[in-house]
Amino acid sequence: MENVSYLEYKGKHKGLLAWILSTDHKRVAILYLVSLIVFFLVAMTFGFLMRLEMLTPGKTIIDPQTYNALFTLHGVIMIFLFIIPGIPAVFGNFFLPIMLGAKDVSFPRLNLLSWYFYIIGAALVLISLFVGGGPIDTGWTFYVPYSLRTQTNVSLAVFAAFVLGFSSILTGLNFIVTIHRMRCKGMGWFKMPLFAWGLYSTAWIQVLATPVIGITLLLIILERFFGIGIFDPALGGDPLLYQHMFWIYSHPAVYIMILPAMGLVSEIIPTFSKKDIFGYGPIAMSSLAIAFVGYFVWGHHMFSSGISDTSRAIFSFLTFVVAIPTGIKVFNWVATLYKASIDTRAPFWFVVAFIIIFSIGGLTGLILGSLNVDIHLTDTYFVVAHFHYVMFGGMGLLFFAGLHYWFPKMFGKMYNEKVAKLGTLIFVIGFNGLYFPMFIMGYLGMPRRYYDYLPQYQIYHIISTVGSWIMILGILILIFNLLKALLSKKNTITDINPWGGTTLEWTVPTPPPLENFDVEPTVTHGPYYRPNLIKPEKSH
Amino acid sequence: MSNEAVVTHVHRDDEGSKMGMWLFLFTEALLFGGMFILYASYRFMYPENFKVAAMRLDTLIGAVNTILLLTSSLTVVIAIVALRRNQKTFSIYMLLFTVVAGGAFLVNKYFEWSTKIHHGIYPKGPEMANLSDGEVVFYGLYYVMTGLHALHIIVGLVFILFMVYFIIKDKQTGDNCQKLENAGLYWHLVDIIWIFLFPLFYLIH
Amino acid sequence: MSDNTNTHTHEHPGYGLYILVWAGLVGLTTITVALSGFNLASLTVVVAIAIAIVKSLLVTNYFMHVRTDSAVFKVFIFVCIAIFLVMIILTFFDLTYRFPLK
Repeated sequence: MENVSYLEYKGKHKGLLAWILSTDHKRVAILYLVSLIVFFLVAMTFGFLMRLEMLTPGKTIIDPQTYNALFTLHGVIMIFLFIIPGIPAVFGNFFLPIMLGAKDVSFPRLNLLSWYFYIIGAALVLISLFVGGGPIDTGWTFYVPYSLRTQTNVSLAVFAAFVLGFSSILTGLNFIVTIHRMRCKGMGWFKMPLFAWGLYSTAWIQVLATPVIGITLLLIILERFFGIGIFDPALGGDPLLYQHMFWIYSHPAVYIMILPAMGLVSEIIPTFSKKDIFGYGPIAMSSLAIAFVGYFVWGHHMFSSGISDTSRAIFSFLTFVVAIPTGIKVFNWVATLYKASIDTRAPFWFVVAFIIIFSIGGLTGLILGSLNVDIHLTDTYFVVAHFHYVMFGGMGLLFFAGLHYWFPKMFGKMYNEKVAKLGTLIFVIGFNGLYFPMFIMGYLGMPRRYYDYLPQYQIYHIISTVGSWIMILGILILIFNLLKALLSKKNTITDINPWGGTTLEWTVPTPPPLENFDVEPTVTHGPYYRPNLIKPEKSH
Repeated sequence: MSNEAVVTHVHRDDEGSKMGMWLFLFTEALLFGGMFILYASYRFMYPENFKVAAMRLDTLIGAVNTILLLTSSLTVVIAIVALRRNQKTFSIYMLLFTVVAGGAFLVNKYFEWSTKIHHGIYPKGPEMANLSDGEVVFYGLYYVMTGLHALHIIVGLVFILFMVYFIIKDKQTGDNCQKLENAGLYWHLVDIIWIFLFPLFYLIH
Repeated sequence: MSDNTNTHTHEHPGYGLYILVWAGLVGLTTITVALSGFNLASLTVVVAIAIAIVKSLLVTNYFMHVRTDSAVFKVFIFVCIAIFLVMIILTFFDLTYRFPLK
């Protein structure tokens, strides 16, 4: 079989059709990559406009209604069109089969279908901006009763989220079956790369939690059209039950966002430490633990909504419990770095930045999880800072890390190392400039989702907005650096293993051919095993 | 660079296909599961009103519908056994019986609903203003849950009719019938959901 | 993974077992309808759900073959049910303690 790369082989179709009708997991991954980056930039622009508006109290450049629509759509697009699909849809699709020694996922046609659902959902979000009563202004949480009463375009936006749920479910379903059924010879569960463990745990959340928000969103649409009375207090419904149902999905959803990203860290660290990972078993099990315990904590989003004191105490306690497996991961990663021979090229710096930024985000999550403190901090900018630190500084940063780590394998090109490091540095400075002041002003009482504010908060808003400009500069530098490498003919490489990684994707051609492997590989040792270099404390 | 069309062979993995179907069933189970959580919560909040509201539902029709679905589940299983024994025609007849039973269920459902609607008991209907909050919520749940369930019956019937077509065309045969088994699994789930819906809506006395 | 075709190494049970299961299901339906005629007060829901669970177990184990399939399916189902129970139990920690007991 000829080794034509997946970018170039000729099938039944030509041109664009060869991509949008392709069931090759690598092409589906690229379709997702392009779509995700487009929507990330759209939502980033909304964020940029929001920060401009917040430079001064009162009106700066837009009116209050527009501001409400902007923060709603910034949330909806970032969460449903970027972060949740994020790493599984792009890097999971591209690399899971290769890492398992397989030719493709278990259900390649369902894989392509998941992308179609994504595009349909995305189109519906865009259409909802322009038709009917105008863009939705409820916040991405769609709380009742406001979402039942507002004349803005709730139904279409909510239906878009419903459709996007199918995309997520299909991806998760596909990965679970692929991991159970398609591992190559010799690859038992504990010889699988940790990225696969991350994707496996995530997939279970995608499959089991998404339907709950599916039905909840469907009920919003039914209530708006038919006045059913299930959540509407005027008809006997309970708005708190809406919040329960919403957060039963949306809290586990944050673990959909972060578990694959953490799996990626478990790939980058052994490669750039030239060492076997410390604590493979605990890291793998901690992914499952986070996925499971993550279902138990949703009430911490509702501490001041009116739920019972008993349940608040229980949810607070469980929130502290779910932090433990994350701590286990961080300790094992750091232990791997100890006495390692560290390669300081670009991907490594993303991971360092992640560990620090995510730790800040995670610890502030514990602060918010403390019931009494949360009463003061909830619905302030403290929460906004917390979730941007974990979601953006977590998944967002690692999305870029994945791009920089796997770019040479995916495209057969290498980007400029120095520019990448510069972009990362500028990004990190800007990121902290944008979000750290939010912790302070939140603590001082600045509420979230407020268009107007008292003058004493302005200084923090100004620093934050300037931080956003620096951060965006960093992002643009990173993106342009990659684009330049992609489009230039000079940056071509054929080295199949530029970083010295030990997992199976570094044994196939750069870029990989259609069926990945000529011959199904057989593995005989763990994924990070290195025979000659630094020996780990424990052998696997 | 090759100009021949590249063809990937589609591998067959019955166990994987079954696994995929089960995972899909879990998503359906949790879709209804969310509604069951709401039902449980509101029944806890409005115990007396739920009893009053439930009295207007016809237990006999509900019981008949239950028997219809249970029997249709039996005929699906028999159809699969028959196909494995290469009794093609018998298998097809069993599947058609399933479709008829499912259709009868839907006909019953239609009569139930139209009776209620005729009496003004439907979301935003004229009679609703006279009912207590708990009763309004009960009927809201009733319409959504039985409506969603009926939708799934229709999907299941379409699925089974496709299987009938595949059997006729020998695309599903005695030693290649995972799709039929998957259709059966879907149908059984629809049956199980009704097994819970029936007592919760019709038998609150 | 050489042979992924039909992994049924055992024969399907004959029609007889399935008809027996069906009879059991019909019987349980009759029982649950009959019991609804009695006033069981707070036990009403518990009894109804218990019977429904037994019926579901029959459908799942025999009609859906979980009893004879490989163990992984039992684990999957267990996980699904466990997650659902977590959702409903934690929700009820709110509901039961929110409203003053009447």
